[in-house]
Amino acid sequence: MNERVEIILSGSGGQGMILAGIILADAAIREGKSVVQSQSYGPEARGGASRAEVIIGGEELDYPKISNPDILLAMSQQASDKFLHRVKKGGLVILDSSYVADFPRPDGVRLYSIPISDTARDGLGKEMMANMVALGALIQVSGVIGRDNVQKAVEERVPSGSLEKNILALELGRKLAKNSDIL
Amino acid sequence: MARVVPMARLMQGNEAVAEAAVSAGVMFYAGYPITPSTEIAEHMAKRLPPLGGIFIQMEDEISSIAAVIGASLGGMKAITATSGPGFSLMQENIGYAVMAEVPCVIVNVMRLGPSTGMPTAPGQGDVMQARWGTHGDHPVIALCPSSVTEAHDLTVKAVNLAEKFRTPVILLLDEVVAHLRERIVIPSRENMEIVERKKIPEENGSFLPYRPEAGGVPAIPDIGRGFRFNVTGLVHDQRGIPSNDPGVAADLISRLLGKVNNNAGEIYTSDGYMLEDAEIVVVAYGSVARSARRAVKEARAEGIPAGMWRPVSLWPFPAGEIRELSRRVRCIIVAEMNAGQLAGEVERHAGGCPVVSLGKVSGELISPLEIFRRIKEVFS
Repeated sequence: MNERVEIILSGSGGQGMILAGIILADAAIREGKSVVQSQSYGPEARGGASRAEVIIGGEELDYPKISNPDILLAMSQQASDKFLHRVKKGGLVILDSSYVADFPRPDGVRLYSIPISDTARDGLGKEMMANMVALGALIQVSGVIGRDNVQKAVEERVPSGSLEKNILALELGRKLAKNSDIL
Repeated sequence: MARVVPMARLMQGNEAVAEAAVSAGVMFYAGYPITPSTEIAEHMAKRLPPLGGIFIQMEDEISSIAAVIGASLGGMKAITATSGPGFSLMQENIGYAVMAEVPCVIVNVMRLGPSTGMPTAPGQGDVMQARWGTHGDHPVIALCPSSVTEAHDLTVKAVNLAEKFRTPVILLLDEVVAHLRERIVIPSRENMEIVERKKIPEENGSFLPYRPEAGGVPAIPDIGRGFRFNVTGLVHDQRGIPSNDPGVAADLISRLLGKVNNNAGEIYTSDGYMLEDAEIVVVAYGSVARSARRAVKEARAEGIPAGMWRPVSLWPFPAGEIRELSRRVRCIIVAEMNAGQLAGEVERHAGGCPVVSLGKVSGELISPLEIFRRIKEVFS
């Protein structure tokens, strides 16, 4: 059985964290891995804290929530404040520097600070695409899921009208991460 | 013909309910969207019209259940889905469906209440409402899944039981299971057991719509097929005509209760984990059972003989299993996202065995650690 990886994708409502979690989970199924994805969000359509939790691999996926993630994506200051200190030793953190300014540098954690939302807005004209940029960065630096399966999941789950832009956003995220250094 | 190989898919609990309803032959949905059940309505709206089925977004939950009852009387398998406040509004008509013996399924996705409470947060506070929400003595069937696959399978079972016993069946999901996405392999329809309601071929001189057949269940014809009969929420005789006769009333209410109580053996469903030599047993259902399972594993790793028992049919409650367990274990812990609703039910069947209630009303799933700590406390 493959190794168990626990991932928290967190930000504000409207940033698409739950969709990013669904796509990651869908891609994991395509790789034949076991997966469970859950979500927490407020009653608001936009704003408020929102997160997706994805557990990939492992033998039995019973409890679906995550207390100490292996991988954290934080797209808001609030999300970073809440989860950064919970990341496991040897874990991986991606912060959206467009929104996260203050953060500690925990020992034994690979930490990237990348302008995800700025890149989506400037590079694609739509900040809405930030979740796909983030997903591209996440698969690039974590290697947790293959790019092809993520692309297939995106094809299945985003409206066909914006598919091209979403794929472009994934690629932009991968490049951005490739050219970034661990802090 | 090409053979269809069932494929593993990522699916959400709510979506699995909708898919299963369609597979079970449901062709009518009426509902009013409410978090966290809305995805069921969304999927039914997509799935039913292309199949020739009917989807109606109603003005509220009272009319939703009323429309479902009407469609079912007309011969369609019918379902609605709601959450807390909407479930409260449906209670009166659920009683009507019990009394008029109208098959239907009500999905209630439990969120933290009372009132509008926390719409997006999980709860399990509707367990007793499912049992006693509508007034008067009445039979209830309520099923509670813990996974996406089980949400699918129990939806099929709920539709089948409703048709078989001509009574409303409640599917109680909690927000965690409803919104959980996980791997599911949906069986092909040929591999599912689907129950169709009994039909009377034609009206003859001795036709009595409410005359019980085997198991106490009448074969009421579909409305609009040439049969003339009365449907009412009043106490009625076998013709369906209202009656104030105490004997008629006692016979009717006893028969309604008997339909479920006398056939409970085929409705009871439960699941056990590491029960064989368990001294401490955690009783949990819905998403909390997933936490309980993990907690039991962790307790076992520390040498504590813990186990888990999970009622899948909450109503009728498999009381015999609790009685049997209570004779051979030291303590029962009931973990649930409410202030101890099922704990009371467990306690009254547990004889002298101590029952500890581990309730949580914060709108969060109980964690394995919380259950593990309680197991440890009770053990030492």
